[in-house]
Amino acid sequence: MSIIKKFMYVNRKAPYGTIYAWESLEVVLIGAAFDQDVSLAFIGDGVFQLIANQDTANSGFKNFSPTYAALGDYGVTKIYVEKESLEERGLTLDDLQHLIWEDEEEDYAEKDSIRLVSRAELANVLAEQDVLFNF
Amino acid sequence: MKFTIQVNEGPYQHQASDTAYQFTKAALAKGHEIFRVFFYHDGVNNGTRLASPPQDDRNVMKRWSELAAEHKLDLVLCVAAAQRRGIADADEAKRNGKDANNIAPGFRISGLGQLIEGGIQADRLVVFGD
Repeated sequence: MSIIKKFMYVNRKAPYGTIYAWESLEVVLIGAAFDQDVSLAFIGDGVFQLIANQDTANSGFKNFSPTYAALGDYGVTKIYVEKESLEERGLTLDDLQHLIWEDEEEDYAEKDSIRLVSRAELANVLAEQDVLFNF
Repeated sequence: MKFTIQVNEGPYQHQASDTAYQFTKAALAKGHEIFRVFFYHDGVNNGTRLASPPQDDRNVMKRWSELAAEHKLDLVLCVAAAQRRGIADADEAKRNGKDANNIAPGFRISGLGQLIEGGIQADRLVVFGD
């Protein structure tokens, strides 16, 4: 019998000052092939990873932010964003990419992937996980 | 208990590899099983055999190789992270047209699936790094 665990990738860092964010996303994409119960969390400076309309031209870094929009096609449909982390940085949901997934069971209805949760709610979600990847 | 260890930082710059090593050694001494040690991000730099640290300091890379030999540990370097940072075994060097390889004894290069599998198979995944 195949094992299905609750996998959560916790993204805590800004997208470009270090490579953690990009290499975390690479793990998520590879991990999607393993049919686990996957979710992502964005906390602290990690919320900057989801900012819409990123432009890295002047820094020379690869702009990997379009990849987040593909997560739904990889079956990654649960993306938790911590409300307090957004507020502390002067951001709202409107500043982030609009990430969606298509629900095959409801005639491919488009559904929001991002779930805005409070710090306390996210603590509960974290406590439910079997495996936590910290990036 | 069965552990998978993830090391996210390079040697010397950061203590993560030292702490992961001490944890792994202590877990083995207590009779626990180490399913795999997976090196990611700059952690792949722990798998070079070409480093020459000063002799009055610990040898972080060699210590992993020795522990692997003693306990038949599975030390895995992420291939994508290793390619970015110039860590190669003979196959990788050939495939990427390089004139040398530098992987240390006891390490092997493989894909990120090995990390995911480690998360699935082990009772605990323990991550060392920032």
